[in-house]
Amino acid sequence: MTFISRRDLLKRTVGVAAAIPVARVLQVARERPQVLAAAEFDTLDAMVARLIPSDDLGPGAKEAGASIYIDRALGGALASSRQAYAAGLAALDRYAQSSRGASFARLSPVDQDSVLIDVETGAATGFSGSSAAFFTMVLNHTHQGTFGDPFYGGNANFVGWDLVGYPGVRTMVSAADQKQLEAGALKPNHKSAYDYDAFTKAQK
Amino acid sequence: MATRLKDTDVVIVGLGAAGGVAALPLAHAGLDVIGLEAGSWLTRKDFAPDELRNNYRGWPQAVQKANLEIPTSRANASSPNGPRGNVHPMQNGVGGTTLHYWAQSWRLNPWDFKVVSETRRRYGAPRIPKGSTVEDWPFGLEEIEPYYDKVEYEIGVSGQAGNVDGKIDPRGNRFEGPRKRGYPMPPLRSTAFLDRMTSAARSLAWHPFPGPAAVNSRSYQNRSACMYHGFCNRGGCHVDAKNSTAVTTIPRAQATGRLKVVTRAHVTTLEVDGDGRVTGVKYLTDGVEYFQPAKVVLLASYTYENTRLLLLSKSKAYPNGLSNNHGQVGRHYFSHHTLAGVSALFPFNLDSWYGLPAQGVAVDDWADDNFDHGGLDFIGGGNLWVYSDRRPIGAAGSSTFGLAPAWGSAWKTFIRENADRTNSAYIQKSTLPYEDNYLDLDPAVKDPLGFPVCRITAEFKENERRIAAFTQEKMEQWYRAAGAIAVQRGPLGGAMGLSTHAYGGTRMGDNAETNVVNRWGFSHEASNLGVLGASIMGTSGAHNPTLTAQALAWRTADYLVKNWKSVARLNGPTL
Repeated sequence: MTFISRRDLLKRTVGVAAAIPVARVLQVARERPQVLAAAEFDTLDAMVARLIPSDDLGPGAKEAGASIYIDRALGGALASSRQAYAAGLAALDRYAQSSRGASFARLSPVDQDSVLIDVETGAATGFSGSSAAFFTMVLNHTHQGTFGDPFYGGNANFVGWDLVGYPGVRTMVSAADQKQLEAGALKPNHKSAYDYDAFTKAQK
Repeated sequence: MATRLKDTDVVIVGLGAAGGVAALPLAHAGLDVIGLEAGSWLTRKDFAPDELRNNYRGWPQAVQKANLEIPTSRANASSPNGPRGNVHPMQNGVGGTTLHYWAQSWRLNPWDFKVVSETRRRYGAPRIPKGSTVEDWPFGLEEIEPYYDKVEYEIGVSGQAGNVDGKIDPRGNRFEGPRKRGYPMPPLRSTAFLDRMTSAARSLAWHPFPGPAAVNSRSYQNRSACMYHGFCNRGGCHVDAKNSTAVTTIPRAQATGRLKVVTRAHVTTLEVDGDGRVTGVKYLTDGVEYFQPAKVVLLASYTYENTRLLLLSKSKAYPNGLSNNHGQVGRHYFSHHTLAGVSALFPFNLDSWYGLPAQGVAVDDWADDNFDHGGLDFIGGGNLWVYSDRRPIGAAGSSTFGLAPAWGSAWKTFIRENADRTNSAYIQKSTLPYEDNYLDLDPAVKDPLGFPVCRITAEFKENERRIAAFTQEKMEQWYRAAGAIAVQRGPLGGAMGLSTHAYGGTRMGDNAETNVVNRWGFSHEASNLGVLGASIMGTSGAHNPTLTAQALAWRTADYLVKNWKSVARLNGPTL
């Protein structure tokens, strides 16, 4: 049995939380799902947290609000996937329970990862059709919710763009800007497309 | 009962790349033109730099008329339809797909017009691939050169000439056909990565050059230069630097007072009289049906819809579809091979966040017949094109080259380091028509009005697969010479599927038995029907089709102006 001291545990927790501005943490905690049921949202949130985890490199998909993005989109542009999410999240929980002894959100991260590998490869049972299709759908939407424009509810505080090194939306990039980028000196501007008044807003 | 509208000289069906260009010389000549466009106007404020909307939600195509008519597709007559696409590759709108296209703006090579006679001359007749229905074009590059020039200057194409009147300029493409003068604007700016690729090509003794783009490299015609903001790929231009027909030829044609643009006009059929001449078109707007009479009709609704509208326009004179008494409508169809690409991973950032697909370096040493095929087992080749273009969601979803899983902490470590280190090349390849590649109407699938959608029956043949393998090899060589540490190749190609580079279906040629339109773009059977767009092209060459489709459209319009009385039959039935 590994013994982790309370001090060590606290160090790790604080180490991760320090990367996230406190205000944004509170904001994420306050957001409630509008389309997904609370239990579905929790399962989805636990899944995205493994797809792009929070770690030494910084926040992950959960902190970025990828589940919030997906939930909002399921009420609009991704409405045709609502059934697939309902069926897939339920199947995920059933499979977690039957194969690892607890609902997905309650499993340890190691067990969650091994469940997700089964889902990714199609080895997980109890999904209608292949579980791999559900996995691919959630991974794609997690990318959208982590690396898409924050206008859509994800990429909170631009954590996704910071991870990949994208310096933000600019409407003009001069030759000098390009040279700065090539010198590694172009600072992220943390701007969304819709911070610019010039553009008609998209449908969310 | 359709409401009959006032007669006009010319109706153009579709105001995209080709229809949008033809309107200008017609209007300048004083003809009254009505442009019927299924879509609407879009302007700068509509073009937010929004990757999710533009690249992942298929806006605006996903919410348009064409999206309800997506063609079905199968590899050959023995295979079932594949899964149907859910976003149409092309856009309805004033300006059509030129509103968001990649704007690469190439001329064809001289060989592309004379594939049959040149292959016979250089390699012998048996080297024409079996089953191909390829013919020489009814004219060569010299005939269309003045029209390339007209379009380049009228819409604005930036580039570096390689052959001006026979004199080779090594800064440009030494393989290109002769041109009378240089481009109206210099090429788009380069980047450190593109400079590196250029040096690598030179180290292989190849001849790299900057590619031509219908994008302003500097202020042109009172429109801004490109801002390089990085959303040109499937995005409209927020400063009108991308030279769509919507900001160039169409407004200029309107300014003459002779072009009337009718938006949200959903054309359903072309109508004919008892003599087999077209009399006008029927269209729907807000569910109300109209009949627009015209002396001449120019069909410019993109390759799939051009064929579909002809096949749907049945009459006593044309029981199998308009202009289809020789059974050639839908035949000689093909699309550019844009699978079989190559991707590379570099051990350093490429600084590609703020670029565009038309900003790049090309190598044509392996395109078309620019190299000796003596010891090879195929004809044709590919344009190698490296461009600087990247957005965050796409970067996150790119291949890990087998170096990391697709998710989790190991993936996160990989993507943090490598998000800006990959590059993909799509390699335009010379493609030919074949006997068993064609378009027709799907026997079962219909659009919301109950009309059958277009069906594509086409697959890449052995010749094209061999070109793919050969050019993939060259592309890998190029990437590695530039420092790539990993390279991946796409599959060589099966079913053709939907494409933004679709050709044929209404092929142009002198022989009425094997072609739908004559050397001027007018139907062999219905002499006051013209067809515009790549649907009239009989070969693709190793370059993007748009500039050629536009030059052909201008040429067809010029012919119509010069021969107006005879084409419009203003002097009665006999000439």
